Amino acid sequence: MGSVYQLKRVDFIFKDEKDWKVILKNSISRPAHELINELISSELKGRGGAGFPTGLKWKLTAEENDLVKYVICNADEGEPGTFKDREILSKVPLKVLTSMAVCGHVIRSNTGYIYLRGEYFFLQKDLNKAISEFEEYCREINFDFSIRIFMGSGAYICGEETALFESMEGKRGEPRNKPPFPSSYGYMGKPTVINNVETLAHTYTIFEYGAKRFYDLGVQYSRGSKLFSVSGDTPKPGIYELELGMSLFDFVEEFGDGDTKAVQVGGASGFLVPRKRFNETTIGFQGKLTGISLPTGGSMMLFNSSRSMYNVLDNYLEFFREESCGQCTPCRVGCQQLLNGIKAVKRGDKNAQYLDKLLRLTETMQNTAKCGLGQSVANSFSAIVENFREEMIY
Amino acid sequence: MITTDEVCNVLKMTEEEKYDLLKTVITDYERKENNLIQILHMAQAIFGYLPVEVQYFIAGQMDLSVSKINSVLTFYSFFSTQPKGKYTVSICLGTACYVRGGKDVLNKLKSVLGIDVGFTTEDKVFSLSVMRCIGACGLAPAMTINKKVYKQVNPNKIPMILGMLK
Ligand SMILES: Cc1cc2nc3c(=O)[nH]c(=O)nc-3n(C[C@H](O)[C@H](O)[C@H](O)COP(=O)(O)O)c2cc1C
Ligand code: SF4
Ligand code: FES
Repeated sequence: MGSVYQLKRVDFIFKDEKDWKVILKNSISRPAHELINELISSELKGRGGAGFPTGLKWKLTAEENDLVKYVICNADEGEPGTFKDREILSKVPLKVLTSMAVCGHVIRSNTGYIYLRGEYFFLQKDLNKAISEFEEYCREINFDFSIRIFMGSGAYICGEETALFESMEGKRGEPRNKPPFPSSYGYMGKPTVINNVETLAHTYTIFEYGAKRFYDLGVQYSRGSKLFSVSGDTPKPGIYELELGMSLFDFVEEFGDGDTKAVQVGGASGFLVPRKRFNETTIGFQGKLTGISLPTGGSMMLFNSSRSMYNVLDNYLEFFREESCGQCTPCRVGCQQLLNGIKAVKRGDKNAQYLDKLLRLTETMQNTAKCGLGQSVANSFSAIVENFREEMIY
Repeated sequence: MITTDEVCNVLKMTEEEKYDLLKTVITDYERKENNLIQILHMAQAIFGYLPVEVQYFIAGQMDLSVSKINSVLTFYSFFSTQPKGKYTVSICLGTACYVRGGKDVLNKLKSVLGIDVGFTTEDKVFSLSVMRCIGACGLAPAMTINKKVYKQVNPNKIPMILGMLK
């Protein structure tokens, strides 16, 4: 492994958007079921983290009978270490708008929203300009679809889809129970398709080139390409579009600084992979594959041997404690206790066995927390504590 | 509809004019509860922060309880119930910035400004805050002053950066 260079760069997402009018016009002249089948056969899965099949999402929402439905683009981009959605919206915004409108055609909705991360206020002006241009063309071809931007207000949890709806409804951004799912009960209680910015950009590629071009990239269960935001100890930080299914070993060969001891895949909620696991780990969605396949919203952070994994964990836990919406006890209290716990062990106030107790606490959180935030704390916690136990203690 | 840009001229306004403007904003948004967050954004743009009096005013105008307004605005880190200084200095403590010395920069800021996170200097020039990852991780650690982003800052650069503003 590793002797053959295996990372495959792809250039779809940032390829120019000059044909958007043609693609919009052609797509909305096709029947909904045909577009849905195109997406289903491409096997595109959501790029916002959860990996739900996009074609199925559109299909379920299209099947609802309500007269009012919504299309929402999730541009809350909160995964720490990620900045790809910002790049998409600043370089190829019309791709995203086109896909939203095609989605509107498929599910029979005339209203789209972009939920833009508050910190990205500087994108608002150009994005509004693109929206005006887009809406004008829609009027020209008699296609009824409008798009508005909704600015976030600085709460990470609002990236979670149901918290995002609550926030758009003028409330505290607290996640709802699921089911019901957004496809039947979303924004304002209406059927809603909510997709990540990058997911929408990929659907544009699929409408432009057909499902096969997309499907031919990647590996089984993880088709297509993906944008990765590379940061940390790397000589070349930045955004790269790569085929899914690459091995982490090859990734580190390309982006590491020669001294990589661990890679965090998918931000604080993601997975930390120590060096000894690089070979057996691939980047993609979980399937019945052998080996470990890790999903990611796109954040790839490399750590070299000079970094203290205790500090990294401490930083993640502080992040979770701050960003927990506080609605459910396992997460609200759990995050505090984990942070206090590792500090106590480090100070020597608690012995090393206490770490095992904390590990059991993360398991409880995984099983009982209401949303993905509380449930995913276990991911990085267990990987760091199990693989870098000495660093936690000394 | 009034835009945030138009709101920017409010520094010269009297209190009364500010409340009038806010009233127009609320009417523009049809007094609808699901527009509350946009209304709060505008209110903060007008007043600089959201003191209790403004919360009462919005509650009255929208026929909502003050506790409802308060529970919503305290949920979001963008809203402040305290007045802010002329410059808000925010340091990123996301992981990439944190491991690359964000905390050292923060400590330097605290000592130079003589204030803790969440506070404003007595002369009302600087407020200090922390933020999560803003996607400048490639050039960590990152800091913002009002809307400007500073990349690869280190503690030694802090006095110079602040000095140039004052
Ligand atoms: C705590 C939390 C934060 C999330 N943040 C984001 C985000 O910033 N952007 C995003 O697109 N999805 C985010 N998601 C995933 C969304 O809930 C949702 O699955 C996604 O927007 C669906 O779009 P997709 O199918 O195109 O991926 C988050 C989920 C959780 C649990
Ligand atoms: S798991 Fe955490 S963030 Fe999610 S609903 Fe519960 S308290 Fe809120
Ligand atoms: S961690 Fe600071 S900008 Fe991303």
